[in-house]
Amino acid sequence: MAELRAYAALAGGQLRSVVSYRASFVVEMVTNLGSTALDVLTVLVLFSTTNAVAGFTLPEAILIAALSSCAFTLADFAVGNIDRLKTYVRAGTMDAVLVRPLSAMGQLLLMDLPFRKLLRLAVSASVLVVALVVNDLDWTPARVALLVVTPVAGAVFFGSIFVLSASLAFWWVDSGDLGSAFTYGGRDFTSYPVPVYSGWFRAVFAYALGFGFVAYQPALALLGRADPLGLPAWAGYVTPLVAVVAAAAAAAMWRAGIRQYRSTGS
Amino acid sequence: MDRLDARVLTISPSSPFRESVTTFGALAWSGFRRYATYRQATIAGSFTNVVFGFLRCYVLLAVAAAVAGGRPGGYDATQLATYVWVGQGLLSVVALWGWTELADRIRTGDVAADLLRPVPPVTSYLAADLGRAGHGMLTRFGPPLVVGLIFFPLYVPARWYTVPLFAVSVVLAVVASFACRFLVNATAYWLHDARGPIMLWMLSAGVLAGLYFPLRLLPDWLTVTLWVATPFPGLLQTPLDVLVERDGPALQVALVALQAVHCAVLLAVCAAVQRRAERKLVVQGG
Amino acid sequence: MSMIEMRGLRKDFTVRVKAGRLRREKRIVPAVDGVDLTVDGGEMIGYIGPNGAGKSTTLKMLTGILSPSAGTVSVCGLTPVPQRTRLALQIGVVFGQRSQLWWDLPLRESFALLRHIYRVPPAEHAARLTRCRSLLDLDGFLDTPVRQLSLGQRMRGELTAALLHGPRVLFLDEPTIGLDVVSKQAVRSFLAELGARGDVTLVLTTHDLADIERLCRRLVVIDHGRVVHDGTIDALHDRYGSRRRLVVDLESPLPDGFTLPGASVTAVEADRHRVSFALDTVSAGAAVAALMASAPVRDLSLVEPDIEDVVARLYTSVSGGP
Repeated sequence: MAELRAYAALAGGQLRSVVSYRASFVVEMVTNLGSTALDVLTVLVLFSTTNAVAGFTLPEAILIAALSSCAFTLADFAVGNIDRLKTYVRAGTMDAVLVRPLSAMGQLLLMDLPFRKLLRLAVSASVLVVALVVNDLDWTPARVALLVVTPVAGAVFFGSIFVLSASLAFWWVDSGDLGSAFTYGGRDFTSYPVPVYSGWFRAVFAYALGFGFVAYQPALALLGRADPLGLPAWAGYVTPLVAVVAAAAAAAMWRAGIRQYRSTGS
Repeated sequence: MDRLDARVLTISPSSPFRESVTTFGALAWSGFRRYATYRQATIAGSFTNVVFGFLRCYVLLAVAAAVAGGRPGGYDATQLATYVWVGQGLLSVVALWGWTELADRIRTGDVAADLLRPVPPVTSYLAADLGRAGHGMLTRFGPPLVVGLIFFPLYVPARWYTVPLFAVSVVLAVVASFACRFLVNATAYWLHDARGPIMLWMLSAGVLAGLYFPLRLLPDWLTVTLWVATPFPGLLQTPLDVLVERDGPALQVALVALQAVHCAVLLAVCAAVQRRAERKLVVQGG
Repeated sequence: MSMIEMRGLRKDFTVRVKAGRLRREKRIVPAVDGVDLTVDGGEMIGYIGPNGAGKSTTLKMLTGILSPSAGTVSVCGLTPVPQRTRLALQIGVVFGQRSQLWWDLPLRESFALLRHIYRVPPAEHAARLTRCRSLLDLDGFLDTPVRQLSLGQRMRGELTAALLHGPRVLFLDEPTIGLDVVSKQAVRSFLAELGARGDVTLVLTTHDLADIERLCRRLVVIDHGRVVHDGTIDALHDRYGSRRRLVVDLESPLPDGFTLPGASVTAVEADRHRVSFALDTVSAGAAVAALMASAPVRDLSLVEPDIEDVVARLYTSVSGGP
């Protein structure tokens, strides 16, 4: 309980820090909102050139993009800032964090909680609402549950990807923006129907890394469509499982990373 | 425009032109050297460029396959693939994002030191940026292009002058990108905290330069307005359109000429802004 | 009661060294090479050494940031790395070059946040803060955002921040680095008064030996990862034969063959008008008397042994050359 209050105090401190630059905060909030809108706009522009791309219509594509966007913005708000780990390691913030009586990860996330990204959640939620309206969906209890679970599970998945790619910095401080190939790259990948991609690239991103289960497979289940790539219908319901596996991998990697930091101190 | 040349105040009787070229070259070389030290980040960055290359290429090819006639925005599949892969390589040459040096120097007050130098700040920052771009061209341009060549059929230019014209267009894109970034950073002279304008720039630059999708996919009136009224398409899309010969010879050359006009205007604005900022610094002491 | 115990403490770093054009060799470098040290409750020790001697590495192992390669370490009866969060409640840490404070918030709010993080009862927190406010003279800038504080003000804030949860051990890594003379004095007197009360154990690394002279009775010198001296400052002077010096200005040049019993001439300057004697066995009074009797003295001054010189000599003697 006391610990929770400590974390809440950290988040509160960050909120007061950012609003002390009021004008900047407002601009950052608006631009963040804009960037999420732009992601959706890109899908809109590409899919409105023709009736269907890779067999998917504009409304169907919007549903996939919306699910992806909800999962990503949620994860990006909660843990996206962990990709600043490189800076923390270099500036010694990591040392300061380790001498405090709270978990390192909790402190790093809450100390820098990106309130400017809050409005993004609203944008992606409204796009999802639009997607649900423009698609003629046949609602069943299972689909309602799926709709609720998918963004959360997707967020856990993206959060894990954020942690995994940020943890790289423990071994490789100069990893630059390598991590964004998987975080932002993952967001781009999941914004489109998987059949758009092909070959080994599709196999790696969709199935080996699991990005196919963030938005595409659940969207198929919501739409009641068969997967043109042949995965069975239940594949739309395994997102939570994929998320748990990813989270376990992320936790293991983070712990190994902290151990590595403790043995090298760099 | 007289503040734009790299003239060094010198009493040496030797040719002032040669002196300024030497100074400019030395500054550019320093920009090059500075980026050459981040070797690992260069490798990591190229990897990321390649991943995004695959993502964007597959999406655009899927669109091309679905569009009747297979030419969305007037590009065929090989042109689109080339657009994407060369675009990924050019991205770090024109460097739309991630330059906050001037804003940081203004915030910390270090910018005052720039005024002590005998070279006008716009010139010295431009030189350093050209050096940086040169380094980007040597290290970051190639990898995505090679990967693209291995995995996708790319477009081979048919006109003899396309490649040289592309080179000119790239240089103009770098200069225009620099000028835009300079102006965005320079808002810190008046705002103290340029994070807002910098974010706004980062947001608009990517999409308006044609990174996420070729701007030709937009309605014609919008495309033309963007091209003529803003420098954005000149930052990335123009060089790419020139290379894949999207337009007839006349328009191809005209687009580069338009880039040149934008560059001249932008640099003049940079110089004017810098003059105002210096006056503010001198009069108000920052 | 011992507050800090280190037994055979080692820390090895693996560095990759360029060997040839592309090949890189792994080499193991011991940063801390078998340190044994016991610090009792209430002690103030100065932990010094040249750059790269292993000071910070030791401090990081004591605070739970780094795990040792070998040996044992215990602070307040806890093992730092596995019991990191429990230990964190018992210790305070000040890193001279990195901040524990919230950059954009007023100092006062940073302190309030730390109360939550360390779960300090409000009354205790208030009492400690009041004491620090008066001793460190914080009132003038409590409501200023940390980013606008001068370095000296910030350091006073950092010290307060490290003490608000009533730590039993305070680790200070270069607390006076970069401070102006006045701030240095303020920080030193505060630490001296803290040490005098005897309820906090203080471990201080520094480059500024004046810190040590002012604050620490016990001095631990580390070089190449090993303890090369552990004792008082006087013991250091005795051991390395640093002596007081008598510098004399003469009316006329020093005659050839002049000797002063129990002292040796260390320098002759200004056309033999200025002479420095090292007082080997003779007392200052006797030496002055002897001089006045045998030479035309215009002026004289007594120079205390300089700890910097001693330590510099110590470093070079262990390292086998500068």
